[in-house]
Amino acid sequence: MDCITWSPAGRILQVEYAMEAVKQGTPVLGLRSKACVVLVSFKRAQSELAQHQQKIFKIDDHMAIGISGLTADARVLADYMRNECLNHRYVYDAAMNVGRLVAQVADKSQQKTQNSSKRPYGAPCPHGSKHTLPRGLAVCAGCAGCRGVGFLSVCWQESAGKVGLLVAGCDEKGPHLYETCPSGNYFESLGSAELQRSNLRRRYYAMAIGGRSTSAKTYLEKHFADFETADVDALVKHGLEAMNKTTSSDQSLTTKNTAVAVMETGGKYRELSSDELQKVIDSLEKKAEDEPMPDEPTPAAESAESAAPMDTT
Amino acid sequence: MAPGQYSMDAKQHTMSPVVTGATVIGMKYKDGVILAADTLASYGNEARYKDVCRLKKIGEYTLLGAGGEISDFQYLSNLLDELADEDWLHEDGCSMGPKEYSSYIGRVMYNRRSKFNPLYNQFVVVGKKQDQAPHLMYVDHQGTAFEEDFVATGFGMHLGIPLLRNNWRPDMSLDEAKALVTKCLEVCFYRDCKAYCKIQIGVCTGTTVEISPPTTINHFWGHGAWTERRLEETSDSTGTW
Repeated sequence: MDCITWSPAGRILQVEYAMEAVKQGTPVLGLRSKACVVLVSFKRAQSELAQHQQKIFKIDDHMAIGISGLTADARVLADYMRNECLNHRYVYDAAMNVGRLVAQVADKSQQKTQNSSKRPYGAPCPHGSKHTLPRGLAVCAGCAGCRGVGFLSVCWQESAGKVGLLVAGCDEKGPHLYETCPSGNYFESLGSAELQRSNLRRRYYAMAIGGRSTSAKTYLEKHFADFETADVDALVKHGLEAMNKTTSSDQSLTTKNTAVAVMETGGKYRELSSDELQKVIDSLEKKAEDEPMPDEPTPAAESAESAAPMDTT
Repeated sequence: MAPGQYSMDAKQHTMSPVVTGATVIGMKYKDGVILAADTLASYGNEARYKDVCRLKKIGEYTLLGAGGEISDFQYLSNLLDELADEDWLHEDGCSMGPKEYSSYIGRVMYNRRSKFNPLYNQFVVVGKKQDQAPHLMYVDHQGTAFEEDFVATGFGMHLGIPLLRNNWRPDMSLDEAKALVTKCLEVCFYRDCKAYCKIQIGVCTGTTVEISPPTTINHFWGHGAWTERRLEETSDSTGTW
């Protein structure tokens, strides 16, 4: 069946299946303050012999993406975004507007959902929830993420695809955090107060995507009110604290499996060195012994015995 | 080929401009940038159209002044208006400033000259975006582009630049700046047969872009050296040149 054929229940199943790919990936999350934006990723190594798979890609000096889902799809999109940024610099001698590039990526993704010979890029519903709704502007009131204050008030379930992108960057309106979906939906966090009055798009203070990201979102929902005025260090700490919640009991954050990227207004993209990272990891709260397991089942790919249907990160 | 003529041969691109504007003077001053040009569009050496505005506002913060072929200036104006419209369509509150526009114009001009089909202009792009530093750039039909504190196009390169070199200061007030650009255009009017006595002045302050209505500059042609009839009477002529 192709992605332009409706199911009898009025759904586009191929688009929803694509979403499943994202949930097999490891989590990535983004946090925004009024002066900077931070991406945090949890990386998986395909084998003992391999390095951990990269999940944060620098797009330009002022922009980066964090991915969850099919790395191959994400690389194609990262390539496209890098090209667009370079072209923009060549023609206009200036950094590209983050939101406009995200809109272009979303347009690219949308086209793949309307052509029978195309496969949608792999990306998630913002909350990775399992509520399935008719295609169209349906409101999902069911999943935990959607109910969270300060997050999306609605979630378009049709946004199932194969790679989830968190796009973080700074431009003339300050720091931004966007999420793109394979369905062609995108959501943004607006930086300035003046823009926040605009009702055109949803805004994020933080967002998490990928497998077991629900636990991270629970943390972020509890703390997002502090983010707007937080400095870089505090934001990074919050990010790792949230990421820590997604790890299973036999895992912990290390400088090897964790990556943090920071973009500040007027500054350049930088990744935290392992020394800086270690310091923050050391300062994290110890996991409580009786902490309940994340409410999503650990993806099969997590266990060494069974292989994922496709490699996802 | 003379202006207005066209070739009977196979395809040939513009080899020379037809209806042209002459001098544009642009310079930075204390609080922004100022741009000035006269309102004449010449057809060869004929003063053909005497009420043409050669300054154009682009977007919110930028001014473009054009010397050279007027039709090419109009064509580029349309390209730039499209860019400004695109900013508006996005509804995100972001808009391009003089830096972006001047870079774009430079790329267009270089691209066209690389196709051996140049836009026959010398442009001065000025602007100031909010609190950013004032920006002034020269771009010509060969795609040459550079930033400066003051520039002039056309005959103004010869007649205006010496005045600017001697009198320009970075801390000039708006009135001083207006007086200086007016002086440059006045000198051009006396010496350049493609200059005119009606001028317009555009000012970018960071929040506003304004182009003044055409005003006539003072001019006096009754100097003795200019009225004495002796050019044809002596062999070693001591005319005004």
